[in-house]
Amino acid sequence: MPAALFWTFASFMLFFGVMVIIHRSPVSSALSLVVCFLGLAALYISLDAFFLGVIQILVYAGAVMVLFLFIIMLLDLKAEQRRRFNLIAMFGGVIVIVLFVKVLLDVCYGFQSGNAVFPALHSAGHGDTWEVGMALFQQYKLPLQMIGALVVVATVGAVLLSKRELK
Amino acid sequence: MATLNDYLLVSGLLFTIGFAGVLLRRNILIIFMALELMLNAANLSLVGFSRFHVRAGLPDYNAQVLVFFIITVAAAEVAVGLAVIVALFRAKQTTHIEDLNSLKF
Amino acid sequence: MNSAPWIILFAPLFAAAAIAIATQPFKKVSSYISVAAVAISFVFSLVVFGSPDQDVSVTWIDLGSFQVRFGYMLDSFSKTMLFIVTGVGLLIHVYSLGYMQEDRGRSRYFAGLSLFMFSMLGIVLANNFIMMFIFWELVGVSSYILIGHWFDRPSAADAANKAFIVNRIGDFGFMLGILMVWSASGTVMFDELSSKWTTLGLGAGYTTIAALMIFCGAVGKSAQFPLHVWLPDAMEGPTPVSALIHAATMVAAGVYMLARVFFLFAGSGTALMVVLWIGLITSLLAALMATQQDDIKRILAYSTLSQLGLMVSAIGLGVPVAALFHLFTHAFFKALLFLGAGSVIHSLHNEQNIWQMGGLQKKMPITFWTFLIGTLALAGCPPLAGFWSKDGIVAAAFEFNAASGLVISVINFFTAFYMARLFCVAFLGAPRSEIAGHAHESPPVMAAPLLILAIPSLIAGLPVVSHIFFPEVESSEPSIPAIAVSLAVFVGGTLAGFALYRGKSSDPLDIPLFENRFYIDQFYASLVKWTQDALAGIASFVDRWVIDGGIVRGLGGTTWGFGFALRFLQIGNLQAYAFLFGFGVVLLLYLILFAS
Repeated sequence: MPAALFWTFASFMLFFGVMVIIHRSPVSSALSLVVCFLGLAALYISLDAFFLGVIQILVYAGAVMVLFLFIIMLLDLKAEQRRRFNLIAMFGGVIVIVLFVKVLLDVCYGFQSGNAVFPALHSAGHGDTWEVGMALFQQYKLPLQMIGALVVVATVGAVLLSKRELK
Repeated sequence: MATLNDYLLVSGLLFTIGFAGVLLRRNILIIFMALELMLNAANLSLVGFSRFHVRAGLPDYNAQVLVFFIITVAAAEVAVGLAVIVALFRAKQTTHIEDLNSLKF
Repeated sequence: MNSAPWIILFAPLFAAAAIAIATQPFKKVSSYISVAAVAISFVFSLVVFGSPDQDVSVTWIDLGSFQVRFGYMLDSFSKTMLFIVTGVGLLIHVYSLGYMQEDRGRSRYFAGLSLFMFSMLGIVLANNFIMMFIFWELVGVSSYILIGHWFDRPSAADAANKAFIVNRIGDFGFMLGILMVWSASGTVMFDELSSKWTTLGLGAGYTTIAALMIFCGAVGKSAQFPLHVWLPDAMEGPTPVSALIHAATMVAAGVYMLARVFFLFAGSGTALMVVLWIGLITSLLAALMATQQDDIKRILAYSTLSQLGLMVSAIGLGVPVAALFHLFTHAFFKALLFLGAGSVIHSLHNEQNIWQMGGLQKKMPITFWTFLIGTLALAGCPPLAGFWSKDGIVAAAFEFNAASGLVISVINFFTAFYMARLFCVAFLGAPRSEIAGHAHESPPVMAAPLLILAIPSLIAGLPVVSHIFFPEVESSEPSIPAIAVSLAVFVGGTLAGFALYRGKSSDPLDIPLFENRFYIDQFYASLVKWTQDALAGIASFVDRWVIDGGIVRGLGGTTWGFGFALRFLQIGNLQAYAFLFGFGVVLLLYLILFAS
C-alpha cells in the first residue's frame, strides 16, 4: 500500500484512539472508538486480510460497540465530573507511558529486517476467506469447538450476573 | 511503501494509548473501552506479521486464525464484563473507579 | 568315651524340654525326670573324671573367615567343677523333692532347675568365649526364672528383675571384653588364646582394659562390689535355689571364668590390682553387713558375698588355683548351711527371722549337728575344709604384702563372729518364740543330703583329698605365721560372737550403717531417678521448645508473617494495580531485550 494511504488511515485511527481516552462524555468516547475501529479495518484490508477486515467491522464495530452503547444508555451515565486531582497517580501513569514508548521505539529501530518490503503474493484462486476457513476447520477444529463453548458460557454468565436478587 | 516496522510502530502506539487510558481515566466504562483498544493493537501487529511471513505465495493464515479467535474472545469478555459493571452499578450506584475498592486488606 | 561330656551337658536339657512340653500337669513325674537327669550327669561326671584331658569342638557356624565353634574342654579345672556342680546339684534336687512337696508350681520349678543345670554345665565345659557367653546368659535367665518362682509376690518379681538387670550390666562389659580379645587376636578359643595372648605385642593399656572388661562379667555374675546388690534380694527364691545357684554354683561361675582365662590377666599388673581390691572391698563390706542382719538367709547370702570376694582376691593375688580350691570347699559347706537353713525354715513354717528361733538342739538334731559342722568349716576351724582353702589365700596375701594379709585376717575375724552370732541365736538357748517350740526334724529326703554334704565339709580340705582334685596345689610347707594368724582370728571371732550373743533375746549391737547395707541400694535408686529425671527434662525441653516452638510454630509463624506483609499490596485501587503491572512489564522488556 502506498505510504501516504497507510499514514492517512493510521493517523486517523490514532487520532480517534486518543479521542476515546480524552473525552469526558462516555457516549463520545464510544463513538470515537467506532471510528477508530473503522480505520483499523482499513489497515487490515491494506494488509490483504479481507476477511478479518470485514469481521472487524461486523463484530467489533457492529456488535461490541453497540453493546457498549446499550450499557451506557442503560446506566444513564452523565459526563464525568472533575474530582480531586491525584497528581501522584497521574505522574506515575505518565512515567509508565513514556517508558513504554521508549521501549517501543527501541524495538522498532532494532528490528532491521522489518524494513524490507512485503513479499509479493501469488494468490491461488480461492481468496483468503476460503483459506482462513479451511485452516479453522482443519487445523484448528478443537480450538473452534472450545470457542463455541466459551461463547455459550459467557452468555450464561452474563445472564446470571444481571439477575436481580430473588425477593 | 509501508513496511512492517511502520505497522508495528502504529500498533505499539495504539497499545500505549490504550494503556494510558487504563491508567489515567476514572470512569470504569472508559477504562473498559481502552482495554479494547489494547486488544486491537495486538490484533494489528498479528495481521502485519501474517502478511510478512509469506509461504508458497500465500500469507501465513495461522496468525489470522488467531486474530479471529481473539476477536471472538474479546466479544465474550465484553459481554461478561459489561454484565459485571451493571451489577456493580446496581450495588454501588457509581462508575467511579476509586469507589470500587472493597477488595482491600 | 567321647560322647560322655555331651551326655552330661544335654541330659538336663532334655529333662527341661520334656517337663515343659509334656509333663507339666504331672508334678511327681516332672520332679523325678529332673532328678534322674542330674543323676545321669553326675554318674557320667565320675566316669569322665578318670579320663585324660581333651579338647573337642564341633563347628556350629561357618562363614569362612568367621567361625563359631561349640565344644568342650576337659582338664583338671573342668573335671573338678563338673564333680561339684553335678554332685551338689544332685543332692539339692533330692532335697527339693521334700522341700517343695506342697508347692503348686513344682513342675515349673524342676524345669527351671534342669535348665539351670544345662546352662551351668555349659559354662563349665565351654572351650571358647562365645559358647561361654551364650551359657552365661542362659544361666542368668535360669536364675531369673528360679528367683521369681513365687512370682505373685511383688518382692520376688522385683528381686528377679534386679538380678537379671544387674547381671546384664556386668555382661555388657563382658561382651566388650570378648570383642576386644577377639579383634586383637582373631580367635576366641581358650587354648589358642592362652598361647597367643602374650605374643601379640599389644600395648599395656589395651591388655589391661580388655582384662578389666572381662572382669566386669565376673563382677556381675559373682556379685562383686558395685554390682553386689542383687544377691541378697535373690534370697526371695526358694531355699534350695539359693543353695544351688546363689551359693555353690552360679555365683562361682565368675570365679571359674576368671581362673579359666587367667592368662589374660597374667600380663597386666594393674588389672590384677583392680581385681584384688574389688575382691577385698566386697569381702569386707559384706562381712560387716552380715553382722547386723536378722534374716537367716540374708546372713548366709552376705557370707557368700564375702567368700566370693575372697575368691576374687585370690585371683587378684595371682593364685587362681587357690581361688578354685576355696570355691570347691565353699560349695560344699555353703550348700550345707543353706540346706540346713531351709530345713529350719521348713519346720518353722517359713519363719526366717533368727530372733524367732532358738533351742533347736533337741528338736532337730541332724540339722543342728550338720549346721554346726558347716559353721565351723566356714569360720575356718582346723582340720575342716574351710581352714585349708582359706589358708591358701591368706598365705598368698601375706606373701604379696602385709596390708592385704591384714585385711583378709580382719575379714576372717568377722566371718567367725557373725557365724557364731547366727549359731547362738538360731540354734542355742531357749526357744525365742512359740513356733520354735514346736519345731520337728525334717523328713529323710531332706535330712539325707545334709548328712551327705557334711562329709566333704569335714574332709575335703585335707591334702589327701584335695590332691585328687587339684593336682597342681603344691604341697609346700605351710607358712607358720599365716596359720597362726588364721587360728587366732578364728578363735577370737568365735569367742567374741559367743560372748555377745549367748543367751540374748535381742541384738545388743545396733549399727544402722551395716544394717542398712551401707545405703548402697538407696544410692543406686536415687542415681537411677536422677538420670531418668535429667533425661526426661531434656526430652521435655526439646519437645516443648524445639519441636513445638521452633519447628511447628516457627514454620507457621513465618508463613503468617509473609502473608501479613504481602497483604499490604492489596490496596483495592484498580488503577494502582494496572500501574504496577505496566511498570513491571516495561522493566521485564528492558531486561530481556536490552540488558542481556
